[in-house]
Amino acid sequence: MKEKFIELLKEVFEMEDQDINLDDTFRDYDTWDSLTHLSLIAMLDDEYDTQIEDEEFQKLNTVNDLFSKVQ
Amino acid sequence: MALLKFKGVGIRGLAAAVPKNVINNYEYTEHFPKEDVKDIVDKVGIFERRFTDTATTSSDLSFAAAEKLLNDLAIDRSEIELLIFVSQTPDYRMPASSVILQDKLGLPNTTIAFDLTLGCSAFIYGLSVIYSFMEKSGIKKALLLNGETRSKVYSPKDRMTAFIFGDAGVAALIERDDKYGESHFSLNSDGSRASLIKIEGGGYRNMSSAETVKEKVVDTYGNIRTDEHGYMNGADVFNFVIREIPKDIKRIIEFSGKTKEQFDYYVFHQANSYINTYLAKKLKLEMDKIPATIHKYGNTSSVSIPLTIVSELKNNIDKPKELLLSGFGVGMSWASSVIKLDNTHISEIVEI
Repeated sequence: MKEKFIELLKEVFEMEDQDINLDDTFRDYDTWDSLTHLSLIAMLDDEYDTQIEDEEFQKLNTVNDLFSKVQ
Repeated sequence: MALLKFKGVGIRGLAAAVPKNVINNYEYTEHFPKEDVKDIVDKVGIFERRFTDTATTSSDLSFAAAEKLLNDLAIDRSEIELLIFVSQTPDYRMPASSVILQDKLGLPNTTIAFDLTLGCSAFIYGLSVIYSFMEKSGIKKALLLNGETRSKVYSPKDRMTAFIFGDAGVAALIERDDKYGESHFSLNSDGSRASLIKIEGGGYRNMSSAETVKEKVVDTYGNIRTDEHGYMNGADVFNFVIREIPKDIKRIIEFSGKTKEQFDYYVFHQANSYINTYLAKKLKLEMDKIPATIHKYGNTSSVSIPLTIVSELKNNIDKPKELLLSGFGVGMSWASSVIKLDNTHISEIVEI
């Protein structure tokens, strides 16, 4: 579950060649921007049938925060 | 659930006008570094847009389209008895632009004329209102004019919206004829999401003042706009589209009694190429049934659906075609419709 989530995140953030760890602050990734956010929204809906409204999303900072939303 | 069914009303002809001035998005770099611009443009899939000059309005674009259409079809203008102008960028706060257009187009004083102020859903809303009037006896022909100058709405210094929007106008001539068969509409609204796409200042809630035209840095990305510029929360708009639009499209297909394979074309509001690809995937639709103009005209709000029909289907409607239309955005307001084009005249696009 966790491994699959990390793999999907690597696609979203275009970080296939890099490590993604649960305690990373995803907002610090070089590729994080409002358009990556759209890719993330699409992935969460496609793979986990999960939607996170922006107000709630603003409180999420780490990869683990994101992961907790799909568990 | 607002589902409407009409019989024997359809679109006789369609025309569109766009500004001559082409904006190459890769070169729209006055306020942002070239690399950032390339990144944004590649991701949103919008390479060109059209911008009017400051003097030209959405009603001018629609007027040019209407003149082209009425002349191409040699329409007797005294037979047009209803004119609806759809826009959120009208000429004046008052009077309504539709009334000015009645005179400019040389339509009789007995013409019913009024404006309809919705955004991306509005062409479909406008069609449904005209179809309702047309089902009554008394009106021979009606004009749906629809124009937007969104280039004047958004701040060029706000990267959330600076690369997306463009200007255009269209005209549709509506008539009664049994050949059009049944058409179906689903119309919806959700005002609890009014803040997702909004111009905060300049209306009568927050009237225009020195404060509302002051530029401000509005977020941690350093985007700059005034309260009289448009604002968009792209993430929540996308959340909204994911939640509501596939559902509404399934609903209108079911209401029309057809199956999704029976449609020749799906014409979606051109928001960005990302959203349309997503919808196609989610609904399992064939991409070659989804015409697109987002790459060359950008997001022209309510005009994007008819503009896409004019631009992309002109040479593909030799036989009657079943179309599914879906528009969604500011409001939030969304609408879907199933209509038939049968011998519909489509004019060459006018540049002004």
